[in-house]
Amino acid sequence: MIPAAFDYHAPNTLAEAMALLARYGEAAKVLSGGQSLLPLLKLRLGYADHLVDIGRVPGLEYIKEEDGYLKIGGATREVALERSDLIRSKYPILLDTALVIADPLVRNRATVGGNLAHGDPGNDHPATMLALGAEVVATSPKGERTIPIEKFFTGLFTTALKPDEILTAIKVPIPASRSGGAYVKLERKVGDLATAATAAQVTLGKNGEVERAGIGLTNAGPTPIKATQAENYLQGKKPDDTAITEAARLAAQATAPTVDRRGSVEYKREMARVLTARALTQAVQWAGGH
Amino acid sequence: MAEHKIRVTVNGTAHEAEVESRLLLVHLIRDVLRFTGTHIGCDTTHCGACTVLLDGEPIKSCTVLAVQADGRQLMTVEGLEKDGQLHPIQEGFWEKHGLQCGYCTPGMMMTAYALLQQNGNPSEDEIRQAISGNLCRCTGYMNIVKSIRYAAEKLP
Ligand SMILES: Cc1cc2nc3c(=O)[nH]c(=O)nc-3n(C[C@H](O)[C@H](O)[C@H](O)COP(=O)(O)OP(=O)(O)OC[C@H]3O[C@@H](n4cnc5c(N)ncnc54)[C@H](O)[C@@H]3O)c2cc1C
Ligand code: FES
Ligand code: FES
Repeated sequence: MIPAAFDYHAPNTLAEAMALLARYGEAAKVLSGGQSLLPLLKLRLGYADHLVDIGRVPGLEYIKEEDGYLKIGGATREVALERSDLIRSKYPILLDTALVIADPLVRNRATVGGNLAHGDPGNDHPATMLALGAEVVATSPKGERTIPIEKFFTGLFTTALKPDEILTAIKVPIPASRSGGAYVKLERKVGDLATAATAAQVTLGKNGEVERAGIGLTNAGPTPIKATQAENYLQGKKPDDTAITEAARLAAQATAPTVDRRGSVEYKREMARVLTARALTQAVQWAGGH
Repeated sequence: MAEHKIRVTVNGTAHEAEVESRLLLVHLIRDVLRFTGTHIGCDTTHCGACTVLLDGEPIKSCTVLAVQADGRQLMTVEGLEKDGQLHPIQEGFWEKHGLQCGYCTPGMMMTAYALLQQNGNPSEDEIRQAISGNLCRCTGYMNIVKSIRYAAEKLP
């Protein structure tokens, strides 16, 4: 399959890339790993007159802790998360997530920024970033702005990014000491989007009570879902089986899945419940709960 | 720009080509440069038959633009054999019956090559993880795993 014709631009600096986006506006699209965009263009489900490839723009691939945040460059590839000692030792939820995205060949190109910017409720990073309370840094010729992740996903395949903005970084507040997180996904086979999946990130207080709980749900509605009711319910409670069971029930209530070959509405909702309980249990374990 | 003059190195030899923006890397490799060992299976980024190494990393060449490879190193299945001598990976697939129809084989071998560059002694589990983006409809993978283990033992 051959995409419809387009012009390709390979800027060498961020300034050049932004200038191209500003010049072509809606007619241009950012090309990062290309693992979502190129399949769409090939199937002719998507069109662009201009592709602005940010693959040669320096300074967009990094993973580091700085100023109280874990900062991930917008064009950081999934494989870099998998290989990062920092991610492996301190952010198990991000390692869990990277490892269930697509397959190793796709992960050699697909980027974390692209995974969020695509706005696909079936993508895995959105739920994880919702659970972590991340912020997205968008850069345009006018400067930089920070978008809280819960304001980022505005609709099916749409995000808060403007046509001239590049997602240049993701900022995750460094979790407090007694924290843990997990991402649990049910998929039919490697490379499939989730039938259901839950990201859970928990911080425990002095007496083992939940100080903060973040819960994100994948492929459970038109946008990635933050299970706010379940999060609030857990706050201040001891995360025992009873509390986790109730939180999982509340999270499942927040879902609005649709029927497809992955299953019925009822099945997906039930799976969201089961996976939420598992993710919370794992997160509490990592946090040193029990 | 819709047309681009690009330079790529394939299996150690430099090539130049004039390509349209939308030309896919797999078509550059097969149709323009005529390295037809690389296959197209699904053309939808699922099967891995089109796997080649781009700067040493296995990727699906049906989901990369030829222009994106400008200035970079490619390795295809034709780059495995040296002076008429099969590479231990090729020998492994031969000895251990790692192929039946052979359609997935070039991609499978390139993924295996990249794996063995990084990890000279992979476990069965690590091999299965590494090849999880390469689909085989014939073998059931058992013999592919054995073939890659054979190569791991044979390689210095
Ligand atoms: C076979 C297959 C299986 C997959 N399975 C999964 C899976 O299980 N889970 C999962 O989460 N994903 C999956 N994916 C999607 C894959 O992870 C995507 O590559 C990823 O979601 C998009 O990242 P990318 O860098 O490839 O973005 P691209 O394809 O380059 O871009 C995607 C969209 O985001 C925009 N964009 C990209 N980067 C930026 C940026 N920095 N700033 C502004 N806009 C930007 C582009 O303009 C485009 O609209 C799969 C893909 C394939 C092909
Ligand atoms: S042909 Fe490229 S992945 Fe199938
Ligand atoms: S040998 Fe036939 S697809 Fe693998």
